[in-house]
Amino acid sequence: MSAFAKSEANETFVLNLGPQHPATHGVLRVKLTMDGEYIVEAEPVLGYIHRMHEKMGENRTWAQFLPNTGRMDYLHALAYNHGYVSVVERAAGIEVPERAEYLRVITAELNRVSSHLLWFGAFILDLGGFSPLLYAFDDREHILDLLESVTGSRLTYCYFRFGGVYNDIDDNFVPGTRAFIKRLRDRMPMYHNLVTKNIILMKRLQEVGPISAEMCRKYGATGPVCRGSGINFDVRKHEPYSIYPEMDFDVPVYDQCESMARYMVRMDEIEQSLRIIEQGLDKLPEGPVMAEKVPKIIKPAKGDYYHAVETARGSFGVRVVSDGSNTPYRLKLRSPTFSNLSLFGEACQGMLLPDALALMGSLDLVIPEIDR
Amino acid sequence: MHVDPEIIRLLAFLVGVIAFAALNAAYLVWLERKEAAHIQRRIGPKEVGPFGLFQPLVDGIKLMTKQLIVPAGVDPVLFKIAPILVMVPAIMSFVTIPFSETLVARNLDLGLLVIFAFASVNVLGLLLGAWGSRNKYAVISAARVVSQNVAYEIPMLVTVVTLVMITGTMNLHNIVMQQQGGFWHWNILNLSASPLMPVAFLIFFVCMLAETNRAPFDMAEAESELVAGAFTEYSGMGFGVFFMGEYANIVIGASVATILFLGGWDCPLGLFPGVHWFLIKMYFLIFTVIWIRWTFPRTTFYGLLNLSWKILIPISFFNLILTSAMLKVF
Amino acid sequence: MIDYLREIISGTWSLFVGLGITIRYFFQPVVTVQYPYQTLPMTPCFRGHIELTKDEETGETKCIVCGMCQKACPSNCITVNGEKREGVKGKVLTEYTLDFTKCSLCGLCVESCPTAAITFSKDYNLAGVRKEAYIFDLKKRLEAKN
Repeated sequence: MSAFAKSEANETFVLNLGPQHPATHGVLRVKLTMDGEYIVEAEPVLGYIHRMHEKMGENRTWAQFLPNTGRMDYLHALAYNHGYVSVVERAAGIEVPERAEYLRVITAELNRVSSHLLWFGAFILDLGGFSPLLYAFDDREHILDLLESVTGSRLTYCYFRFGGVYNDIDDNFVPGTRAFIKRLRDRMPMYHNLVTKNIILMKRLQEVGPISAEMCRKYGATGPVCRGSGINFDVRKHEPYSIYPEMDFDVPVYDQCESMARYMVRMDEIEQSLRIIEQGLDKLPEGPVMAEKVPKIIKPAKGDYYHAVETARGSFGVRVVSDGSNTPYRLKLRSPTFSNLSLFGEACQGMLLPDALALMGSLDLVIPEIDR
Repeated sequence: MHVDPEIIRLLAFLVGVIAFAALNAAYLVWLERKEAAHIQRRIGPKEVGPFGLFQPLVDGIKLMTKQLIVPAGVDPVLFKIAPILVMVPAIMSFVTIPFSETLVARNLDLGLLVIFAFASVNVLGLLLGAWGSRNKYAVISAARVVSQNVAYEIPMLVTVVTLVMITGTMNLHNIVMQQQGGFWHWNILNLSASPLMPVAFLIFFVCMLAETNRAPFDMAEAESELVAGAFTEYSGMGFGVFFMGEYANIVIGASVATILFLGGWDCPLGLFPGVHWFLIKMYFLIFTVIWIRWTFPRTTFYGLLNLSWKILIPISFFNLILTSAMLKVF
Repeated sequence: MIDYLREIISGTWSLFVGLGITIRYFFQPVVTVQYPYQTLPMTPCFRGHIELTKDEETGETKCIVCGMCQKACPSNCITVNGEKREGVKGKVLTEYTLDFTKCSLCGLCVESCPTAAITFSKDYNLAGVRKEAYIFDLKKRLEAKN
């Protein structure tokens, strides 16, 4: 047999990407079967930071589960707060004052902007660009300062309560937020010039990492991933909750199905979120931030309740089953990134390693939320 | 006892060149950190000494005192020889670089050829180190280094051949001497030889980035993809020597670009030529290399191959043909 | 051919635009705060670990040992004990321990307190080498303050 004859043996090898790898943003492990640099098969392996949040919920009172919600998706903690308090309010029939709803939406959207900014920086870091990360953190720091002045913490917020929010905003919040909106709007062209229009980035993202609308439906992908594949689905528009119906905003949808489309969806969402925050500040009514008749010990009526919210990564649903006691009988959390990650195995088949990692970055994975 | 003064001169230059390479490697790390920090609006190293100037010394001591871990299963010879194979050719290249009219270790007639010959050994060092360290990431990195080598060597050499056609010599000293007398005599603006000379400089610069494995062509050590690429298994001074070799290569690349295109030690306005102008130009190019690294995302290796075969090689060949035609006509 | 050249030129131009942005930032002042030497003012809302407040009149704790905070805490990190004393109405606080290793700073205890006897501290320089250093005796801390 000559030296150049194709060997019959299987020439693939297994590459363990993670659980400690710079591109997986946490303890995700992907078992890659590689043929040279081409990926033959990819299998995400989960569970390295599984913390049994759902089971924990069954062993705690309804209110005691609140701090857990901020620790699943630590980048968009307020949306998780929002999803959980909304479902319990629906179950227990608690009315929320209007001012509290406005504050919830304003802070949750600020949090969404900060999440997208962090994703932006980390994504460019995955692609090898360093400085945009620091520029994004510079802006994000302003959001964290604003949110700290309201919620008291900077990352794992626990701000929403059944029937309202934990405390009212201070005098600096409204002017500070307006100044921030102006600042970020002035900075967005810089981000686009530095990153979006950069030929290297365009070559790396355009027509790379296709995720068809079909595949999104098959795996239940939501959020920017499905909106980058041409599916117009946003819980804020299509199953409106809170005061989103009163807000005027667009849902950015791109149908190129490539990594660039998902990138553009998120960049446009930052601008749309700024619009929502601005309208919220304009319309912010006076009044209490906490409902008056909230029982000390919440015992929702027997039943099965579900509520979904749109987080920065997609649709987050909470299903609670109440047996009328002071603890949930069953608590089920539907986290968006779990579905978004599931399609990675199919989507990256036959791709080169650097492109697959760009695709993984464009899914915006937050591992603690996948593992819960 | 009679000692040939030439031997003493060579010894002095050898020590000087090694010291220059090592000092540059150390302080380019400082420059890189400082420049990156200011681009990102931070301060960077500032604790050790004024402006953190002693930071490289402390880093060096730290690297030297660390244990050299040789992982089980590596090829012990290749694993240990690879950092030296990266470092030595880089230092060897310094021998023929004229820093000023008189400051050169050995003025070789084929100086340019010597530099390119030694520059190619760098790839071999990385390949052996990656292969010897028995790590999958390192092996992928080695494959990338080799494919990258094919991509950038051709346009680089074609550009250099164009330049040699114009100058008619491979002696670096003579190439600089031809460019004396102000910036309009420099090869980068030698538009009468070929109107594409500035483009040729850009091509050379891009290939130099690829040759030194610098961003945006740092696929070989792409930290978000391959952890640390070829250096994944290296620790302590093994890693440190690789690092010094990399920076020495950048210095070589910037020096060659200065000599070939920017007139070497010539002053832009024709006044006071000397080694300081050489260093100013060289460090400006190095500054640009670092500046580029902290601005752009990384390309992929097929991106580099596309760039090379579809853009750089056609343009450099076009430049070659254009130059030879113009040399013939005028 | 024209598209080919246009792409090269626009691509190269985009690279120069990027370089222009970063060099502008290079010459702008730094935005970071050099932390141990400089500190930022803290927001009044900051939630550190909890602390007992004192009654302005008596200088004693306002705690009535009702145990609401203990019940509200999701991670059982608060231990409150009290005893009946003669001549004093209600219970007197004898022990208030916070196990800060488990606390997640949610603030449910502060909200549940009927007498506003606990509040958030502003301590954030918390580093130690032993786990026991984070089991705070809040009653002692309050007495040390007086």
